[in-house]
Amino acid sequence: MSAAPVGVVGEFTDPNAITTAAEQIRDAGYRKWDIHTPYPVHGLDKAMGVKRSLITYISFAGMLFGLTNALAIQWWTGAFDYKLNIGGKGFFNWEWSMPVDFELSILGTAIFTVVGLFGLCKLPTWYNRYQDDLSFKKATDDTFVVTIDVDDDRFSLEGTQDLLRRLGAANVHVVTAATH
Amino acid sequence: MSVVNENQGIRSVAAYEPIREPLVLGNPTMRDITARIGSIVESKITAKYLLTLAFTASMAAWGLFALYYTVVTGIGVWGLNNPVGWGWDITNFVFWIGIGHAGTLISAILFLFRQKWRTAINRSAEAMTIFAVICALMMVLTHTGRPWLFYWLMPFPNQMQMWVNFRSPLAWDVFAVNTYFAVSALFWFVGLIPDLATLRNYVRSEIAKKIYGVLSLGWTGSTRHWHHYEIAYLILAGISTPLVLSVHSVVSFDFTVGIMPGWHTTIFPPYFVAGAIFSGFAMVMTLMLIAREVLDLKQFITLKHLDNMNKIILATGMMVGYAYAMEFFIAWYSGNPWESWIFVNRAFGDYAWAYWTMVTCNVVSPQVYWFKKLRRHIPLMFVISIFVNIGMWFERFTIIATTLHHDFLPASWGYYSPTWVEISIFIGTFGIFLTLFLLFAKFVPVIAIAEVKAIMPGAQPSHHAHAHTTPTLSEKGQPA
Repeated sequence: MSAAPVGVVGEFTDPNAITTAAEQIRDAGYRKWDIHTPYPVHGLDKAMGVKRSLITYISFAGMLFGLTNALAIQWWTGAFDYKLNIGGKGFFNWEWSMPVDFELSILGTAIFTVVGLFGLCKLPTWYNRYQDDLSFKKATDDTFVVTIDVDDDRFSLEGTQDLLRRLGAANVHVVTAATH
Repeated sequence: MSVVNENQGIRSVAAYEPIREPLVLGNPTMRDITARIGSIVESKITAKYLLTLAFTASMAAWGLFALYYTVVTGIGVWGLNNPVGWGWDITNFVFWIGIGHAGTLISAILFLFRQKWRTAINRSAEAMTIFAVICALMMVLTHTGRPWLFYWLMPFPNQMQMWVNFRSPLAWDVFAVNTYFAVSALFWFVGLIPDLATLRNYVRSEIAKKIYGVLSLGWTGSTRHWHHYEIAYLILAGISTPLVLSVHSVVSFDFTVGIMPGWHTTIFPPYFVAGAIFSGFAMVMTLMLIAREVLDLKQFITLKHLDNMNKIILATGMMVGYAYAMEFFIAWYSGNPWESWIFVNRAFGDYAWAYWTMVTCNVVSPQVYWFKKLRRHIPLMFVISIFVNIGMWFERFTIIATTLHHDFLPASWGYYSPTWVEISIFIGTFGIFLTLFLLFAKFVPVIAIAEVKAIMPGAQPSHHAHAHTTPTLSEKGQPA
């Protein structure tokens, strides 16, 4: 076991400064980096150059999945597998199928959205290379923490730290983690 | 930036005299907010808390015993009789489902309307939704008579080779209520993830760190994650909005699709939804008033929040009052003698006491909220919120009992009163609800920490934001 650097971190506390810093780091060509914030900061994702989330498509697929299942099960059980005359009502009509269609569409959307969110964010991941760093822990409290990973092509121990300092980051330092 | 203090994190700065009342009092820093909510979880469990918990848990235990007694003996132990096949069980079911609706309204609809004040109350209102739906599910499950065959309500291949009757509103109800529970629980949990991560990093005990660590799924507050998260949250809010309207509409179909006078009316879905939101807000109010006192959350749940909630109570109370009046009008205007008769009977018959209790509590009592002073009078709003809870319970009871006890055939008319078993079960549902809420209030962040932080003044970048060029605020937070 030895301590290898995993990246550098820097702390920001001003929402305007972090937005500017995000734009600068993005423009400097870094890719494997992130900003950890205690709450969503408006426009920061854009400033970082994060691509539009795919989650809307996943949710839509969930809606279609739920709706298809609802229609299929109501039609197949009532009008195909076992026709049962109940009060002279149709074996399948879209009108009376609406409540179940609607509910299952919602259920499908909700489940796909949450599963999609977990998939896109790779949750649960109960380990993070920065997790023991004191600055990093402040990201759930009151600090915007920039992390730039060591495996980024542009990463250099000194240069990256300099960039963060120039952008106004406090407490810039290298984080090391034990390699197993 | 002068707003920044290197050691203290992001400062929230109320730089200008606020035009609107602030949503959080005392101008706390981000760390203060974390510490304020986190300390509820960190603080020692007091004897008072344990005693309260023991009390509510005994209520729950008593109710569960009554449920057990019902299940092993049969629903004959209830006061149901031949004309009155639905009694307190369905009353309580509709009551509890209705209570839940305010939670979804606050978390979803107010979110879509960008009502920032919701952040102080949404977490506990959503928790309330889930606990209320649990109570509702228990009621309706026992009502089936043989709850161990609950899975017959689901379409699954079985040895009888029969399927669920999808033409029946009772089958729709199964889908509506279960979807409601599942979606509310997902929405609540997704909202909790960032706050659980905050607690994971805040608490001192190793065991607590582990538990919050596992529950927060390794959330780090990554902006890449927030990007997906915010869209997902918006979608969940977007689908919860029609969901909440649909659930109580479907519940009302249980009544309207039948041909019983007093039930077979088109006003029921909107009337039920308005009533649900009305009763739910009253319950949120009752719980919030206690919580802000006991947990000392006056900083977050301010008079402004209570004022806003009282306005919603007034508005929905008026809608409910309108529905009561319109029911009578239509009963007369329809020219249907059974319909008119049942409504005259509702107001002046055997259950007139229940009807007038309902009208007094639901229509008359919220009228005090026309006055701002009374909307901000805490003891008064506590009393009114209890009145509304009582009134809304009586609304469901009135609808069920008056229609059923006198149906088309006078020979079968009867009168229904509950037995001790039904009363115990109802008390038990309150026990379960309050026990779950107490556990929630102690172990889960009761205020949405991340959401409150996000609405603090100075928390978001200013619009023309390029920090180094914008005019800065001086050290004391005054305009430069």
